[in-house]
Amino acid sequence: MEKFTQLRGVAAPLDMVNIDTDLIIPKQHLKTIERTGLGKFLLDELRYNEDGSEKEDFVLNQPAYRDAKILVAGDNFGCGSSREHAPWAIEDFGIRCVISTSFADIFYNNCFKNGILPIVVSPEDLENLMDDAGRGSNAILTIDLEAQEITGPDGGTVKFDIDPFRKHCLVNGLDDIGLTMEKVDKISDFEDRRAQSQPWL
Amino acid sequence: MTQPRTLFQKIWDSHLIDTQDDGACLIYIDRHLVHEVTSPQAFEGLRLSGRKVRHPERTLAVPDHNVPTKDREKGIEEDIARIQVETLDKNVAEFGVPYFPMDDIRQGVVHIIGPEQGFTLPGMTIVCGDSHTATHGAFGSLAMGIGTSEVEHVLATQTLIQAVPKTMRITVEGELAPGIESKDLVLAIIGQIGTAGGTGYVIEYAGEAIRKLSMEGRMTVCNMTIEGGARAGLIAPDETTFEYVKGRPMSPKAGAFEQAVEYWKTLASDEGATYDKEVTIDASQIGPYVTWGTSPEEVGPVSGIVPDPADFADQGKEAKYQRSLEYMDLKAGMKITDIPIDRAFVGSCTNGRIEDMRSAAAIAKGRKVADRVSAMIVPGSGLVKEQAEQEGLDKIFIEAGFEWRDAGCSMCLAMNADRLAPGERCASTSNRNFEGRQGRGGRTHLMSPAMAVAAAIAGHIVDVRDLDQEN
Repeated sequence: MEKFTQLRGVAAPLDMVNIDTDLIIPKQHLKTIERTGLGKFLLDELRYNEDGSEKEDFVLNQPAYRDAKILVAGDNFGCGSSREHAPWAIEDFGIRCVISTSFADIFYNNCFKNGILPIVVSPEDLENLMDDAGRGSNAILTIDLEAQEITGPDGGTVKFDIDPFRKHCLVNGLDDIGLTMEKVDKISDFEDRRAQSQPWL
Repeated sequence: MTQPRTLFQKIWDSHLIDTQDDGACLIYIDRHLVHEVTSPQAFEGLRLSGRKVRHPERTLAVPDHNVPTKDREKGIEEDIARIQVETLDKNVAEFGVPYFPMDDIRQGVVHIIGPEQGFTLPGMTIVCGDSHTATHGAFGSLAMGIGTSEVEHVLATQTLIQAVPKTMRITVEGELAPGIESKDLVLAIIGQIGTAGGTGYVIEYAGEAIRKLSMEGRMTVCNMTIEGGARAGLIAPDETTFEYVKGRPMSPKAGAFEQAVEYWKTLASDEGATYDKEVTIDASQIGPYVTWGTSPEEVGPVSGIVPDPADFADQGKEAKYQRSLEYMDLKAGMKITDIPIDRAFVGSCTNGRIEDMRSAAAIAKGRKVADRVSAMIVPGSGLVKEQAEQEGLDKIFIEAGFEWRDAGCSMCLAMNADRLAPGERCASTSNRNFEGRQGRGGRTHLMSPAMAVAAAIAGHIVDVRDLDQEN
C-alpha cells in the first residue's frame, strides 16, 4: 500500500449528506474482477447523463476540480454497502483524502486498506472547509497526517483525531495481513484452546 | 466478583487473540461466507502473495448477486456477470472452499443459506464481504460486513484486526399489533435512530417484542441494523434459537448439540450489564411502515403523509429531503396511500425466508395483482423455494398474477437482469431505497412482504389491514 504522510491538492466540495455507496459506485460496476479502473465510474449517476455524456455542472466535471485530490462531503459519507469498490473508485480517480463530519463504519475501515485517509471534523470546521473547497483552482488544502492537521488556502489550520494503529499503518504503508501473520503462533494457540472448550465448532 | 457483561462483550472476550498497546485487537473469526462480487480481488491477492486459505472448512461460498432468477439453465447472459461467477467457481476449486454452485438446490442469498444450513450458530463471530451480514446476529453471534481487503485477511489468517465498538441496547417493549411484521418494527427503529444513529456501535435488540419474534423475524430486524448505521446487531439466543438450529445439516450433532446449548445459554447479557447508549421503543404504537424517500430513515407510518422538507430545516435535512422528493417524484402533503406503484418485489436477504413467503401468500390468496402492476416473488434459496412449493404457495402466487422466480439477490440491488426502468416505482421488501438502487432512475418504497403484496393488488400503497375495503 502507498504511504500517506502529506498531501497537497485541490479539494472538491460535495455538499450532500448520506452519500451512499450506491451513489459512489453503482452496482453495474461491481462486476469487475479487478481493483483498478473504477475511477471513471466514481459518482457515476451524479457525474454522467444517461447517454454517458458529462453533466457540466457537477463539481468533478468542472475544470478546476477534475484533478481533485481531496473530497469535502456532508454527514454520514459512505453509508450502505461494504463494497470496497467505493474506495477503489475514489483512489483510482486520484482522491486520497475525504473530509466529512462522519463516515459509515465499513466504508471508513475500507479507506485505510487502500491508502485513503478519511478525516472526521466538527460541523463548524466542515462548513469552513466546504467554503474553502468552493474556491475552484484556489481550493488548495494541505493534509499533514503525522501532525494530524489540515491547512486551508488562507493558512488556517484544523486538527483532527485518528486511531494510532490506523495512522501507523497509513504512514508506513503497512499491509495488515503481513502484520497478522507475525502473530500466527498466537492464532494457533487460540485455535487449540477452542478445539478443547468448544469442540462443536 | 466479575463485572456483569453484555452478550457482545462475552462474544468479543471469547474471540480476542491479542490486544496491542495502541488498542488494535486481533479477533478470531469462526465462520466466513463468500459470494462472487466481493471476493475475486481477495483470492487474487492470496494468489499474488502465495498464501493459502487457512481454514477452508470454516468458509462457505455461493453465487447470489448476479444469478438469473429465471431460465437459469441457460446460464448468465451478460459476459461480465458470467465471468464473475465463473471466477468464483475457479477460486473455490483452487483454494478448496466448500461451495453451493448456481445449479445446487442449496444455492441462495448468502445470508439465507448460512442459517438454513446450520453454518450460522450462536456465540460465533461471522463475517462476509457484504453489509447485510448483520442478519446472522439474530442467533446471538457477532456478525458483520467487511470489505474485500478484510475478506482476504480472513481467508489468509481466520482473524480480523478491529477496534472495540461501543454498545447500544434497543429495548422493544410491549407487543406488536396483529398484522404488524418485524419489517415494520425495524423500519420504525431506523426512523427513530436515523441512518447514522448506530455508527460506531454494536446494537443488542432486547425486550418482549423481540423475544416473541420467530427466528425469521429476528433475522429481518438484525439484517437492517446496517441501515441504522451499526455494523452488527444481535439478539440473545434462547429456546426459539436452539429449536431453529437443531438438526440442520451443519449444526452440531446429538451429544455435541446439548453441550453447545449449555454454553449458548450462558451468552445472554448479565443482569446489570451496561451499554454506552440505551433506546426504548413501544411496539404497540407501531403500524405498517413505508419509506417515502431515498434513505431508509426517510420512513413513516402508512397512515401518514409525505413530509414537507421545510419542516426539517432546523435538523439540517431540508436540502436532502427536497432532493429525495424530487427523485421520488412526490409532493409534500400527499397521503402515502395515494402513491401508485408499477412493480412489486418480495424477496432479498431481508425478506426472502419461508415465513416471508407464507406472509405474502396469505395476502395474495384469492386476490389478483392490479393490471398496472408487474410483481414478482423471489425466494431466498432453492430450499426456501422447494418448501414453499411443498406448501402450495407457488400456486397461490401464480394464480394471483405474481411471477414465481428462482433464488438470488435479484431486484434488491439489480445486479442481474431484474431491475426497474427509469421512473418506475416499486413496492419492495428489500433493504435500501437509495437512488438508483433497483435500477437507474427507479423509485423504491421499502415495506413488509404483506404490505408489498397488498400494494401489488391495490395498485398503490395501502394499509394491508384495509385491503378488503379497497376492492
